[in-house]
Amino acid sequence: MIKAGIDVGAKTIKVVLMEDGKIRGKGKVLSGFDQEESAKEALEQALMEAQLSREAIGIIVTTGNGRKAISYATDDVTEARAAALGAVFLYPSARTVIDVGAEEARAIKCDSSGKVLDFAVNEKCAAGSGAFTEAMARALEVPLEELGPLSLRSTQTIPMNAQCTVFAESEVVSLIHSKTQKADIAVRRVGLEPELVLIGGVAHNPGFVESFKRTAELDNVRTAEDPEFVGAIGAALAAGE
Amino acid sequence: MIANYGYKDGSGEYFIGIDTDKCNGCGDCVPVCPAKVLEMVADQYDPLSDKIVAAVREEERKKIKYTCAPCKPASGRALLPCMLACAPGAIAHSW
Amino acid sequence: MAEIQEYWRWTEYSWHHPEMDWRQGKRIAAGIDVGSVSSQALVLVDGQIFAFSNLRTGSNSPDSANNAIKTALKDTGMEIKDLQYTVGTGYGRVNVPFANRAITEIACHARGANFMAGPKVRTVLDMGGQDCKAIHCDERGKVTNFLMNDKCAAGTGRGMEVMADLLSIPIKDIGDLSFQVDEEPQPVSSTCVVFAKSEALGLMRSGWSKNMVLAAYCSAMAHRVSLLLGRIGVEDQFFITGGIAKNPGIVKRLEQELGIQAVKSQHDSQIAGALGAGLFADTLLQKGAQ
Repeated sequence: MIKAGIDVGAKTIKVVLMEDGKIRGKGKVLSGFDQEESAKEALEQALMEAQLSREAIGIIVTTGNGRKAISYATDDVTEARAAALGAVFLYPSARTVIDVGAEEARAIKCDSSGKVLDFAVNEKCAAGSGAFTEAMARALEVPLEELGPLSLRSTQTIPMNAQCTVFAESEVVSLIHSKTQKADIAVRRVGLEPELVLIGGVAHNPGFVESFKRTAELDNVRTAEDPEFVGAIGAALAAGE
Repeated sequence: MIANYGYKDGSGEYFIGIDTDKCNGCGDCVPVCPAKVLEMVADQYDPLSDKIVAAVREEERKKIKYTCAPCKPASGRALLPCMLACAPGAIAHSW
Repeated sequence: MAEIQEYWRWTEYSWHHPEMDWRQGKRIAAGIDVGSVSSQALVLVDGQIFAFSNLRTGSNSPDSANNAIKTALKDTGMEIKDLQYTVGTGYGRVNVPFANRAITEIACHARGANFMAGPKVRTVLDMGGQDCKAIHCDERGKVTNFLMNDKCAAGTGRGMEVMADLLSIPIKDIGDLSFQVDEEPQPVSSTCVVFAKSEALGLMRSGWSKNMVLAAYCSAMAHRVSLLLGRIGVEDQFFITGGIAKNPGIVKRLEQELGIQAVKSQHDSQIAGALGAGLFADTLLQKGAQ
């Protein structure tokens, strides 16, 4: 049976199709105004990749902040649960998962089965979320994808005074420095377990990953491949339970 | 005077309050803080007095949520070293 | 860029006493408040306000301080060398080249509010360009409890500027326009200015008028500030300093939320910091400071 996981995020919607523990197809579109419509589009993308028809899908489970908005879903799971399941599926030794998305950051401690033991979340403040890096990319007039590589080319670390995204926009022009602290604190709140995996769209930014390793004083930090899809994978896995 | 050092952001309020009327200037709180958050300075908020009191260092004020976090785990929380060290009970944390 | 930025602009000006002969004065004290957005210079002669200016802060603090004092002293015949004692305050207080001493803006705002609104003032709220301060003070204007939030743009003048830019509305009109709605909407739910921006755009897309969005934003800001004030306790009388005191959209909603009226003063709310600094300079002169 084909299981679909849909992660309805603040900025993008990710879909993963799974069969017998294998990923068959993926789809990603901007959330836009109508989340349900966008989710359909992402689903079609994934079906196209998997060369399957809509009828092949046996069960649909959603996650993400818009997880209740999809009327044709069979079930939904929390973001923390989906992230832990997805991360442990990809990296069985993962015990701490850091998920930095467009509008929130969360740290999750889990066991070997992907069960959530503890988690902390920041969703009220744009500092330490993808919105921060987007604003910085705009202020610096560089494409978002280049912000991370660009930051790695810097020769010195200049700490920024401003924590707030709005204040940082006015301060940033001469400074290129990735933001790590929110994720860092979330980790300290849940406690550090040896195997740590970074997921969520911001994990694409190598500047953030480097800076995070330095601040958290950790070397064994893994970045998930296709980090933004981990939640959707977790949702698809939850469908099997 | 109660000086509240810290901030409020979307995630909550994080203030360390120091009652300068209770603070006797002994400085016992400074070395016990693992993150070196506190210092002894002339009371900046009463410019006409010369009293030396405890204060949160300027560069720490916008990040105490993070800096103080190791002393405040989500579970298994013990009494804070800064508060234990303060005999007159002049230090309070808002979170 | 230029035409977007115009929306947050406000008027700069200076004032000096038309009759006072400063050369007869015994004590000439000055306060310079170099804030993150605006700078004020104020001169006291024997404890009376003689002259002041209110300008935008430039990119560099020493220049802003020099500009402010020169503007205040324009046409008075007084020069910087005539100032016997000068106190710097505000964000750029340590960078005032001609200051004898720097004093925190918390202490200065309390002292200034005490002068502007009288000794009965116990609670002072200063909403500045990049911070928000809640101060409790005694009858001499001495700080008894305070907190300052300069980490987050929500609840600051900068947050209001962002909204002015987003909606293309001059910042001075925001307060009045926010009352031109059929009914008071729910406050915006996001605290963070960045998220509030996307929320505002979403509300506009779903058919809200600009005035409705302003009303929702002003009431969210008033609510946030009232929570901050709640931490130190609001005690009558209550006085608001800083640029936001000029925005009735915030002030009236805040008064409603707190159930207390703010004291009105004849003085410009933005000079409170510089006035407090000048008063400290004057006191220090009387105590024989050099």
